[in-house]
Amino acid sequence: MTDLNKLTIAGARDALRKGDVTSAELTQSCLAAIDGAGALNAFVHNTPDVALDQAKAADARIKSGDAPAMCGIPIGVKDLFCTKGVASQAASKILEGFTPEYESTVTTQLFDAGAVMLGKLNMDEFAMGSSNETSVYGAAINPWRRAGDAAALTPGGSSGGSAAAVAADLCLAATGTDTGGSIRQPAAFTGITGIKPTYGRCSRWGIVAFASSLDQAGPMTKDVRDAAIMLQAMCGHDPKDSTSATLPVPDFEAALTGDIRGKTIGIPREYHMDGMPAEIEALWAEGRRMLQDAGAKIVDISLPHTKYALPTYYVIAPAEASSNLARYDGVRYGYRAALGKGDGITEMYEKTRAEGFGSEVQRRVMVGTYVLSAGFYDAYYNRARKVRSLIKRDFEQAFAQGVDAILTPTTPSAAFGLGEMVDADPVQMYLNDVFTVTVNLAGLPGVSLPAGKDSQGLPLGLQLIGQPWAEADLLNTAFALEQAAGFHDKPQKWW
Amino acid sequence: MSIDIETASRVAKLARIKVSDDALPALAEEFNNILGFIEQLQEVNVDGIEPMVSVTPMPLPRRVDDVTDGNQQAKVLANAPDAREGFFAVPKVVE
Repeated sequence: MTDLNKLTIAGARDALRKGDVTSAELTQSCLAAIDGAGALNAFVHNTPDVALDQAKAADARIKSGDAPAMCGIPIGVKDLFCTKGVASQAASKILEGFTPEYESTVTTQLFDAGAVMLGKLNMDEFAMGSSNETSVYGAAINPWRRAGDAAALTPGGSSGGSAAAVAADLCLAATGTDTGGSIRQPAAFTGITGIKPTYGRCSRWGIVAFASSLDQAGPMTKDVRDAAIMLQAMCGHDPKDSTSATLPVPDFEAALTGDIRGKTIGIPREYHMDGMPAEIEALWAEGRRMLQDAGAKIVDISLPHTKYALPTYYVIAPAEASSNLARYDGVRYGYRAALGKGDGITEMYEKTRAEGFGSEVQRRVMVGTYVLSAGFYDAYYNRARKVRSLIKRDFEQAFAQGVDAILTPTTPSAAFGLGEMVDADPVQMYLNDVFTVTVNLAGLPGVSLPAGKDSQGLPLGLQLIGQPWAEADLLNTAFALEQAAGFHDKPQKWW
Repeated sequence: MSIDIETASRVAKLARIKVSDDALPALAEEFNNILGFIEQLQEVNVDGIEPMVSVTPMPLPRRVDDVTDGNQQAKVLANAPDAREGFFAVPKVVE
């Protein structure tokens, strides 16, 4: 077999079980693809030795007949996951040299299922960004380009390295995390599939914390079936995360029948934004038609507090971040600034954090500090938490009316050029998350899948939002939409 | 609501991030842009609405109050920028 790196998880799993291919061969194929893709800057810590050892163990396990679906599958891991003995620095200078003594629960589960780690993937610093440009490693590059234009585009963020790596077939799949859209927006920008499960489905233990009430891990894959297979391996109760759900994890892949007859899909009118490109509106209308043709009932719904989701997010997420990132003090791990004569512990904290955090992280930590400070806590933080309750209630009311899932665009545009937003107000960058952030605030599952291309040949994504804990049903709706959309395009190799 | 240079300086101090004096005006302006955006929340009617504590209604799990961890001094110190004699080392704290 050639081009083994281009296989899906499902395709590789079936070939492994039949003995047509070994995990070692799959892994070598991916390692070669990674070696040839330095220009994408997707992998930032390569672990070929770990990968080859894991592949060998996986091959033995497959031979013995004990092979879960992820066994022998080479994946990439976002740099936000702590991986034992392997650099894990959240794309920040402040975690330079940090090598965890422990393994995150999600990667533990993936490795227990036999998955093979090829290396760590680029991202925005501490997952704060929508373009990968805040990374200490420099931006990851989107393998897609505009037709007839060699300008480098963003793969999105924060899971930009994961998205670029999967789209360019450097790995079969990758882990991502999503606090405001960080799995779904990059998936849309690179023509791949990504799901953020219900808050509490995946353990957050061992994932560098950004905003703990919003953070969720999820898979980034080449199609919906792969998302179902990989999500299965990542989910489950973990006593080490007090917000981890004790619910059983259903068989997500078994739910993929493609039959959505009788399902009700809501179209939220507030997601028609002023100034939204006609191509996005057209794609959304096309998605609506495809679901209707597949037998779903389409209803228009209202989510009246949608416009307040972004400002709510930009209070809550920085507030939680300012608290979570207080731990980076130059004492226990990572970077410590060189101190001058007479510098005490306060100077050590202040210099370490000024030199160790990038500008976007500093900005958010300080905004968070401000909204939590005496006199402003009620006006900003408590008010935002109340509006968050209203945003969640909007969704609950839609679901109570019998809506099974909600269809929206994933992003308000296709991938933009690296550097194009440099001079923009930070708020302009935040608008990337306008369709995704509501889902995190309400704790719901959301999946993005590629559904078409814009006039410049760039992929565009549609998002489906499901009821809490209804990932199986949501993935099946996504599967039906995937079949109808028939998007199989790949970027032309230039790297 | 407008943030002046003095407030920006105080916030930086609270966040323990050193910001040089000449960078403070730009920082204050950035804060004002972001807070201007957040200001929209003031127009929402939140009367009688409880602030969200947990997005998923669930009781905080409890366990028996047993020691379940420990004896990992070397691992705990392994990543420290400066560790001596089994402790984290920092600049002098007490004058």
